[in-house]
Amino acid sequence: MTAPQAWTTDQPIVRIADVHKSFGVVEVLKGVSLDVMKGEVICIIGPSGSGKSTLLRCINALVPVNKGSIQVEGQEVHDPKLNKLELRKKVGMVFQQYNLFPHKTALQNVMMAPVTVLKQDKTEAESRAYALLKKVRLEGKEHSYPGELSGGQQQRVAIARSLAMNPDVMLFDEVTAALDPETVKEVLVTIRELAEEGMTCLLVTHEMGFAREVADHMYFTDRGIIVEHGSPKEFFANPKDPRTREFLGQIL
Amino acid sequence: MSGGTDLPVLMPAAGQLAERVRREREVGAPILRLRARHGAWLAIVLIFSAGAAGAQTGAAQESIISIILKWTPLLVDGFIFNLAISFLAMAGGTAAGALLGIWQISLMPPVRAGSWLVTQFFRNAPWLVLLFFAMFLLPFQVKIFGLVIPLPDWIKATFGLSLPVMANVSEIVRGAIQSIPSGQWESSESLAFNRRQTLWMIILPQCVKRMLPPWMNLYAILTMATVLASVVGVSEVMTLTGEVLSAEGGSTDLLVPFYSYILLWFFIYCYPIARLTVRLERRFAVKT
Repeated sequence: MTAPQAWTTDQPIVRIADVHKSFGVVEVLKGVSLDVMKGEVICIIGPSGSGKSTLLRCINALVPVNKGSIQVEGQEVHDPKLNKLELRKKVGMVFQQYNLFPHKTALQNVMMAPVTVLKQDKTEAESRAYALLKKVRLEGKEHSYPGELSGGQQQRVAIARSLAMNPDVMLFDEVTAALDPETVKEVLVTIRELAEEGMTCLLVTHEMGFAREVADHMYFTDRGIIVEHGSPKEFFANPKDPRTREFLGQIL
Repeated sequence: MSGGTDLPVLMPAAGQLAERVRREREVGAPILRLRARHGAWLAIVLIFSAGAAGAQTGAAQESIISIILKWTPLLVDGFIFNLAISFLAMAGGTAAGALLGIWQISLMPPVRAGSWLVTQFFRNAPWLVLLFFAMFLLPFQVKIFGLVIPLPDWIKATFGLSLPVMANVSEIVRGAIQSIPSGQWESSESLAFNRRQTLWMIILPQCVKRMLPPWMNLYAILTMATVLASVVGVSEVMTLTGEVLSAEGGSTDLLVPFYSYILLWFFIYCYPIARLTVRLERRFAVKT
């Protein structure tokens, strides 16, 4: 691991500077910069294919960047010497398709990583897993397999699973996009509670009403760049860029 | 190529054939399609040929049925030997093949390329050639620190048969691993599992179900291939049958009844495996 440059909470917890990323000849990120302070909730919106999901994946090094810098708590994410596993303990991620482990129960899904990766004591990890499942309102579902749960329930297990690693930052990649409308709300309630507790969250979302409510800062991306950003009030009330206006006009 | 004919009459059959070829490519081995009627046909052939041969030999001599029954204990011993060879070759081939299959998805290019090459070589070689290869390349004994361990023919034959099993298992394992959605790898990675933990705790446990049907199918094929060992002189059931026939005076009347008798045994052993494979395939096909 690189020597941690003294990072203090008055500096951004996630600092993205001029990030470029191409897949083959397709450039999906063309110089994106944004800073996130500890405890902030950031919502990134934009048309599909604008590079939102790729940006999130770059933050926990699932996808390498071509150019630019991403720092989490002062550490360069794409430093080849960085221990990626250490980074991923700090950054939790929840996916659109939940990606729960289908051969494990909800409880096992939640306690697996703490026991295997963090070497936590098994009974301790188990009681924490019970507590986390209770927190996401899944009491009584501890021993159900993912296949027996609804989409919204699975997604909440996925959130609990991520939280079990005690991350400092949570990334949510269109977590409600695959859900039935009636289960979207239960997942959003869970995320809002997290945000209220002071968890640093980066959300890629299409839920505009939700974004307006929870976000401290809105970002609008289009074709690989950040077109516009601002406080949600200002952002939704009078968007400046014509592309933002067009997008919001279509979606609201 | 789908269908492969313009004649409307042949369309259903051609379609079925094409579908079957496609599935066999997927599994990496011929797929057994044993049906109960195959067993019934065998039994009818046996009874008829025994009856016909009996009529020719005349009442004065022993009936074919009693000749068959007389030699049955010996043949059973031979058949059990076949099964023993099949168990050992399957166990060895599975262990080696699992390793080879995991190496096929290694992040190290030389390991990946090497295991791919070994897999393709043994998967595309005729089983009998591999058997000869094992028979004549392995020494009849090995010396380890002055200790002489003899290598009897049947051990060599078992080794020879385990080579194609290894290559087929390798492909089954690789295919199963690659059929797991990439989201499983991504979410494990984001939970800070390392590659080894991801493979052993997340990916492979999900593969077992998918691998079971093709693996059982491979076992049934291997069991039937154990008779190849007779070509290289192992005294398994085919070799013994040949010896019994010559002991009975080499009468050609006995050929069909005896060989259909042996076929019937193989059928009785392999049929339940084939049925179970089909059932498991159907059950797993619905879920994923």
